Amino acid sequence: MNALAAGRPRRVLPGFGLTLGYTMLYLSLLVLIPLSTVFVRSLGGGWLHFYDAVTSPRVLAALGLSFGASLIAALVNSVFGLIIAWVLVRYAFPFKRVADAMVDLPFALPTAVAGIALTALYAPNGWLGRGLALLGVKVAFTPLGIVVALTFIGLPFVVRTLQPVIEDLDHDVEQAAWTLGASGAQTFARVMLPVLWPPMLTGFALAFARAVGEYGSVIFIAGNMPKSTEIAPLLIVAKLEQYDYAGASAIAVVMMVLSFTIMLGINALQNWAVTRHGER
Amino acid sequence: MHRKPRLLLACLLALSCGAWVCASAATINLLNVSYDPTHELYQEYDKAFAAYWKAKTGDIVVVNQSHGGSGKQARAVIDGLDADVVTLALAYDIDALAAHGGLVPANWQSRLPDNSTPYTSTIVFLVRKGNPKGIHDWNDLVRKGVAVITASPKTSGGARWNYLAAWAWALQQPGGNDASAEAFVKALYHNVPVLDSGARGSTITFVERGIGDVLLTWENEAYLAVKELGPDKFDIVAPSLSIVAEPPVSVVDRNVDEHGTRKVAEEYLRYLYSPEGQEIVAKHFYRPRDPAVAAKYAGRFANVPKLVTIDAVFGGWAQAQAKHFADHGIFDQIYGQ
Repeated sequence: MNALAAGRPRRVLPGFGLTLGYTMLYLSLLVLIPLSTVFVRSLGGGWLHFYDAVTSPRVLAALGLSFGASLIAALVNSVFGLIIAWVLVRYAFPFKRVADAMVDLPFALPTAVAGIALTALYAPNGWLGRGLALLGVKVAFTPLGIVVALTFIGLPFVVRTLQPVIEDLDHDVEQAAWTLGASGAQTFARVMLPVLWPPMLTGFALAFARAVGEYGSVIFIAGNMPKSTEIAPLLIVAKLEQYDYAGASAIAVVMMVLSFTIMLGINALQNWAVTRHGER
Repeated sequence: MHRKPRLLLACLLALSCGAWVCASAATINLLNVSYDPTHELYQEYDKAFAAYWKAKTGDIVVVNQSHGGSGKQARAVIDGLDADVVTLALAYDIDALAAHGGLVPANWQSRLPDNSTPYTSTIVFLVRKGNPKGIHDWNDLVRKGVAVITASPKTSGGARWNYLAAWAWALQQPGGNDASAEAFVKALYHNVPVLDSGARGSTITFVERGIGDVLLTWENEAYLAVKELGPDKFDIVAPSLSIVAEPPVSVVDRNVDEHGTRKVAEEYLRYLYSPEGQEIVAKHFYRPRDPAVAAKYAGRFANVPKLVTIDAVFGGWAQAQAKHFADHGIFDQIYGQ
């Protein structure tokens, strides 16, 4: 398909100049200009203030927590999101449509509502929290609670990116692998995973990116104790509360640069995965 | 099928034109940007003021309300929210309107009586029914095994009053000084298991999640919680000393001059000081300034033997903020930064 399109001198759809111009305008207005004002604002207090704002032990601990918890949550979602997407595509069962719609709920729910619901559930006097407390596991108001909230909001990203790919997976290919003597594990690892792994990376990246910036659902379940359960977005809010716009923007810039670097890395990994698969 | 949306559109257009013509005739719109727990208070007060203004001038005033965290609301006004008046939780947030963009003059707080605070509150303790941990005063909060619930003063303006009340009490103890007060406040926050980002959040933690033995809260919030959730669940404990929490009010000069609403906005705030305004204030568990109304409702409030002000103990908000809550301030040091 790609080779076909590239081989033609004329494009199928007209208006390339117009749409490119529109794309640039749209991206500039909605993404580039707002984000660049964050950069400009972050230097409003001078370099020293910037450095001071982002290197305090509290900010470093919060950045570590935000990125670490988001990473764990995105990994968990990649595994369980794959299973859910697989089941939703491949099997028929009662109330399948309801289950399918439920996947989108974390998208639609206001995050504060999700946070309050999760906290009510996992707090020491909540339904699940009470049982877990007997086992000596504390979820709400610990880093584990943050991971739970971030997993909740990230789930749809993985499932919805994987679903169409699994739908396109030809059942015949698996059967062919079986008839050629491949075991279940071999079929999964050598036949299916190479196709699934690029969209899994996309889903992982989306879930991760969403989790890093998440505020509403996390602050209720986090407990917000400095240096242990305090997420970076909360420190941005704390800085704003002191009308320290420069300090707040400084933390935001660091988060943005880190996120952007990670996204670029994931994209590179994905390209590598696609070309490698393509060569086979 | 095609005609229907157009008809609808025309109707909407006509309606909005009609509303606009109406508005320009005799209706004045005011926007009061306030903080979270004043919702019910201003709902009732706005109606009373509209009736008063109608009787006085014949004009109709429609007061729109906006509620949120005090600092967030102040930032919204700085960033361009068209507030005619602000009624916030602490003077520091209105000072910010003067410092960032000059929306109010620097001397805004001297323009109305009583530091521009028509009503006050104070910090009290909300404990579980029967007070099982025997909490009676500030020193009980640092005992081992007592869990204290309060929001973070870094993110909640309301919670800053909690911190200052604790500090003021420690300072007034025999031999009390800055060092002993810092040690006391540090011990107190050591007993705080969850630091919510806002005052409403900490109320939820204490009331709904059942976490903690005592909630530090504004008196009006405590009475509201008891009223709404039933007196069989919580008791209010008045400490021996507390701080006068002063939520101030101001017109936003730049906006009222632009809208031409200065006269009605100023009257809106002044009417808060009238006996009628003070009655409504007291009804919603804020302490009225008017001595006659205060005497009438004295039984409605917690009996705190000694009340101190932020000006007397801390030299005003600017100083308190810089010393205690700014980055690297005493609160940050408590958490080892």
